[in-house]
Amino acid sequence: MSFISLLWVLLLGSLLGLELIGKVPPTLHTPLMSGANAISGITMLAALTLIVKAEGNIPLLIIGSVSLGFALFNVVGGFFVTDRMLAMFSRKPSNKK
Amino acid sequence: MNLPVIIKFVIDLLAVLLLALGIKGLSKVKSARDANRLAAFAMSLSVIGLLSYYLGTSGIAIQSWIWIIIGSIIGSLFGAILAKKVPMTSMPETVALFNGCGGMSSLLVALGVAIFPISNSVENLDFFKSLINEVSISVSIFVGAITFTGSIVAMAKLQGWLSTPGWTQSKVRHFVNIVFAVASLIAFFDLINGNTSSIWLLVIVSSLLGIGVTLPIGGADMPVVISLLNSYSGIAAAAAGFVVDSQLLIVAGAMVGAAGLILTQVMCKGMNRSLVSVLFGGSLSAQSTASSGSGEYTNITSCSVEECALTLEAANKVIIVPGYGLAVAQAQHTLREVTKKLEQNGIEVVYAIHPVAGRMPGHMNVLLAEADVPYEQLKEMDVVNPDFPATDVVLVLGANDVVNPQAKNDSSSPLYGMPVLDVQEARTVFVIKRGMSAGYSGIKNDLFDLPNTSMVFGDAKKVLNDLIGELKDLGVGEK
Repeated sequence: MSFISLLWVLLLGSLLGLELIGKVPPTLHTPLMSGANAISGITMLAALTLIVKAEGNIPLLIIGSVSLGFALFNVVGGFFVTDRMLAMFSRKPSNKK
Repeated sequence: MNLPVIIKFVIDLLAVLLLALGIKGLSKVKSARDANRLAAFAMSLSVIGLLSYYLGTSGIAIQSWIWIIIGSIIGSLFGAILAKKVPMTSMPETVALFNGCGGMSSLLVALGVAIFPISNSVENLDFFKSLINEVSISVSIFVGAITFTGSIVAMAKLQGWLSTPGWTQSKVRHFVNIVFAVASLIAFFDLINGNTSSIWLLVIVSSLLGIGVTLPIGGADMPVVISLLNSYSGIAAAAAGFVVDSQLLIVAGAMVGAAGLILTQVMCKGMNRSLVSVLFGGSLSAQSTASSGSGEYTNITSCSVEECALTLEAANKVIIVPGYGLAVAQAQHTLREVTKKLEQNGIEVVYAIHPVAGRMPGHMNVLLAEADVPYEQLKEMDVVNPDFPATDVVLVLGANDVVNPQAKNDSSSPLYGMPVLDVQEARTVFVIKRGMSAGYSGIKNDLFDLPNTSMVFGDAKKVLNDLIGELKDLGVGEK
């Protein structure tokens, strides 16, 4: 991938993000922040790449593994916590008199 | 193009599409939960795509598998446990912690690549390409480090582990932060000149910069900071995407970065603060006590829980204004019991949610939803404001600045211009509060002095429990 096309990817990705998130009710801001935060743990892919390409270099394997751990902590925790919050919203008001 | 490349391309494309749909779905109450799962699915898909690509091309060594499994299990396990255990009231600091770890991950990737150049990225690169490589490594480390230390400081402040040190309110802090920033720039240029060891200088000074920038910011502005740091972690991820040459990382990182910025803007608007004043203005209370708003209260009416219950019983329409104090007292369930009783007596109950009530936009909604409050009863500020004149009783529970009429009437007030709930228009206002201390902004609340306002002093949970007792004695809600 040439650098220029990666820059295009960056630009279009940013515009997509702005467009997607422009219209959210305040109610959902905390869950949205938490969900978006989980997605930012996508660096786990970079950590994976690092580990795969380490070719037996132990310090690099360790750095990659720790990085992967941090990223997955972010991803797994983030999605679970968002789900917990949203589960409360989706509960139907069944106990009306 | 061989088969693994095509498969990875298709999977990446699908993952981006699903992530975008996930973020979009998160913006509607109905679809939000499914959308979150969709995003989680897209993330797993992207991992499968990457691993299958390497399996199909270079292969993955056993040793690599071992380290992958160790890292994944430990990280996922801790994440899952924390996510299950943490109480809803500490959501903001939890998001901050997760966010910081995302930043740390990007930092480590860039650091790893910088110290041990991976096979295809640095060998036989021309000058331009290695420059790009070094720039993206530096950006990833710089932003990642700021995200990490900034988030940890934000978390510690929200948890109350860390207070705002006095010296950080003086002008010295700007000087200190400028020194850190300049030092990062020097390290950055040194790195580009080929001095690899200056990478450590970059790590250290950008970490310090993250601390130095976040530490002076007061508790009231913390949500803005967390949202901004959330945006940074996206940028760090995108930078890491440039480091390892991954389009998927760049797209996802850019989307999160843009999301964080929009959220940050929304929050600033809600608090009538500009981003610049949040970042460089220091703690709001430190400024305002010096200038205005430290006037004395002259006309405080305090009343008993019993009087409050009597007034509530006679009301037709009641509006509840929940705030951070409610969250601290963990009183949302008790509040729900009170409102249930009132509803059973045919009294109309509505919750007025200020955009920045609590510590994050939507924080109150989450808490009240946890206590089974029907979603339809939660009204946003613009919807509920015209209703106040026709309201008999307003119960203000642990909210302060968001009901301060100064924001409308007093142009010298630091709060002036902030959108507030017009609770003073109601016939009677009860403010349940522990004492006369000021809110986050440290500004006197004119509402408390008004003749139709009565203060009920006490911890929100205790007062509400007493209120349930009084209502019972009055026979409210027992049919």
